[in-house]
Amino acid sequence: MNNQIREVLREHARLPVDVDSLSDGDDLYQAGMTSHASVNVMLALEDVFDLEFPDAMLKRSSFESIGAIEAVLTELGAEAAA
Amino acid sequence: MSGDETFLAAVRRIADDVAAAQAGDVDRDARFPQESIDALREERALSAFVPAELGGGGVSFAAVAEACFELGRRCGASAMVFAMHQIQVVTMVRHLDPGSWFESYLREVAEEQRLIASVTSEVGTGGDMGRSVAAVTADGEERTFEKQAPTVSYGNHADALFTTLRRDPDAEGGDQVIVLTTKEQNELEQTGTWDPLGMRGTCSPGFVVRARFAPEQVLGTPFPTVSAESMVPVSHVLWSHLWLGIATDAFDRARAFVRASAKQKPGAPLPAAARLSHLMSELSLLRAEVSTGLRDFLDASEGDRARLNTMAAALRFNNLKIAASEQAPRVCQGAMGVGGIVAFKNDTPFSVGRHLRDTMSAVLMVANERIHQTNANLLLIAKEV
Repeated sequence: MNNQIREVLREHARLPVDVDSLSDGDDLYQAGMTSHASVNVMLALEDVFDLEFPDAMLKRSSFESIGAIEAVLTELGAEAAA
Repeated sequence: MSGDETFLAAVRRIADDVAAAQAGDVDRDARFPQESIDALREERALSAFVPAELGGGGVSFAAVAEACFELGRRCGASAMVFAMHQIQVVTMVRHLDPGSWFESYLREVAEEQRLIASVTSEVGTGGDMGRSVAAVTADGEERTFEKQAPTVSYGNHADALFTTLRRDPDAEGGDQVIVLTTKEQNELEQTGTWDPLGMRGTCSPGFVVRARFAPEQVLGTPFPTVSAESMVPVSHVLWSHLWLGIATDAFDRARAFVRASAKQKPGAPLPAAARLSHLMSELSLLRAEVSTGLRDFLDASEGDRARLNTMAAALRFNNLKIAASEQAPRVCQGAMGVGGIVAFKNDTPFSVGRHLRDTMSAVLMVANERIHQTNANLLLIAKEV
């Protein structure tokens, strides 16, 4: 799952740094992810993991790090896509 | 009387006796509404929202919103200066760390009735408040910044400035903090003139702002959280209340015109009366959006305030701003339609030119098109609106 999240970030987060250089706890917004890019990340995650984020989870803190995204996806019962 | 009632009685008196008397003059000369602000200081209204244990009035947020409405009915510029100051105070109170520098500054706001302005817009960001160019820069034990601001409302009249900046010179544009600096620490170099269509008394030219300050004057909570949980929704609620106040006075003037006409020719057909009825529907739409906006903010602020961090909340309070800023000038224009030439002239009891011009600034205060861009993006992912 962690690798798939990183793949989504590589494609959609438009970070000025290499995703592989980030640890799971690093703040993605501080790393340069804009609010605009974060929406594209969310859309891609919904697509890849075949789920929908409920409104209560659609907030900055849910997507602020790779670890946070992993926790949200796990809570929603996501499984690593084939 | 409760604290809220005492406060509101004082604000209403100031609105009627002081703000109304100077509104025309303030507008004509594009000058700061000094008399209103002095009177508000005298009633300790600048610290109305500061908790009582810090020496403030301890009034409710709803009372502050109501005060913006009351001042807006009499002088849009006085109301806007008051509202903007309260945005900074409410933000500080909501994100206060006990024992922090900000706690001692709020005591000072109460004791000295300090007036706080904000420096949030910046040249080179395309109107995006969520990004900064200027940064907090270390200089030994001290910190400095230099920010090019296209507008700073009442910058020349403020005792302190609330400024958004990048956390440090290496931080990304969205990695922002907010800093409060005092008059003694600030140096303002005016870069433009101020001769706008409306809200002329807010005195909001551009400035290069430079400051030297202590590290503890950086608010502990990062700006993105402060913005989502307080600054944006509070701004939109307070602004919309004062726009409603201006529109309500325009409606009242249109009604006074219709009554005067009816008394002049009793029984004669009165087309303006029907127009007034149409106008009442428009005003009630505005009032409904403003009052549900306030209620939604109060609901979301109870308990888990993190709810305000959701995209659904951002959409809700963005929409309040867009709807109110478009509807308020519509009501004022309608009032001009009711009164005709008598309302168009600047020197009759039914004049609404200032009301129309003042409310036309609303769509520009954080440009609606910029907010629509944000909303359009959020709507791609948010589920309920």
